[in-house]
This record gives sequence, C-alpha cells and structure tokens, in this order.
Amino acid sequence: MKKILFSLVLLLSTFFTSQFVAAAADLEVNTPAISAIKNSMQARHGQLAAHYASGAIGLTKDGLIAVRDANAVPLKDRGGLNSAVTAENADRNKLYKEIATANGHPEWQAEIQSTFAGRWIDKAQVGWWVQSAGGWVKK
Amino acid sequence: MKNWMIGMTLACALPACVTINIYFPAAAAEKAADKIIDDVWQLKNGAEKPNVNSVEPATPAK
Repeated sequence: MKKILFSLVLLLSTFFTSQFVAAAADLEVNTPAISAIKNSMQARHGQLAAHYASGAIGLTKDGLIAVRDANAVPLKDRGGLNSAVTAENADRNKLYKEIATANGHPEWQAEIQSTFAGRWIDKAQVGWWVQSAGGWVKK
Repeated sequence: MKNWMIGMTLACALPACVTINIYFPAAAAEKAADKIIDDVWQLKNGAEKPNVNSVEPATPAK
C-alpha cells in the first residue's frame, strides 16, 4: 500500500514538474504586431524623452505615462504633448494585450502590465519622474 | 493509516503549489519586458558603447 502511494506521488510530481518546465520557457514577443507597436513607441520616444527629463510627463505605477506638470511645456506645445501621451498609452495598452494573446493567455494582460510598470520605472533615467504608492517621485 | 494520509496530503498539495507557480511566468515576463524596454528606449545601443570607451584615450605621461 505504501509503495503504491509513493509511486502515485512520484508520478504526479513528475507530471506537474514537466508542465512547469514547459510553462517556464520565454514569453513570445517577436510577433509582427508586437514589433509594429515597438517601432511606433521607439519613434515616439524621441519626442517624449525631453518631456521626461523636464518633468512634464512621468511614468505611472500602472505601466503607462501621464502629464505631470503641464507648466513645464510652452502653451503652444501642450496640445501636441497631450496627444503624444494619449498615443503612447494606447500603444502601451495594445502592447500588453498583444503579449498576453501572443502567448495564448489573454488573462495575463494585467500581470504583464504590472510587470512592465516595475521595469519601466527601474530603467527610467535619473531625473525622470515616476509614480510610487505615495505619489510622484523624482529618480 | 498515518502514512496513507501523508501520501494523500502530498498528492493533493504538490499539484496545488505547482499550479500557482505556472499560473503566470513572472521571470519570463520580466525578461520580455526588459528586452522590449531596451528596444523602445534604445538602452543597449551598440553604437554608443565604443564612444564611451574611447572618451579618454590613454595619454602617455611626459
């Protein structure tokens, strides 16, 4: 009886371990849709970089960006900044969704978004503004 | 009887633990995020590294 139980446990653990190994593989991020979003964000970053540095915009804790201090931007440029922020956030949301669906788990979108949120903030340059639980913080 | 119960507990608990682990591959997601962020922000620009290295060429002392 003990022997049977032992082998049952062994069999179960082998089965679930192999499943775990398969799931631990890299996430697929090289689809045409993801590359297109990435290129669009990369092109926009040239415009946004100066605004991160001036503090006009910052990285939010939910993996998006937001206008933080519109006064840091001349009035005539504010419209352009707002539309760039809107377009960037649309791309970011699309990116999180695409990664989740490309890996066959649309339900992962929120977790992918929160993973990105932490990584964007970690990789932000010194002097950029990032949102923490307590509000905006300058790195 | 005691062994039997330990065996059953193990058999039930082990898959439960692993199921939580396979639910979302956090490490793989971080790796993917890093790769994409490096591309979007061009943080690993191969063209920039040689510049950094050649900023101060060794000047021989007189």
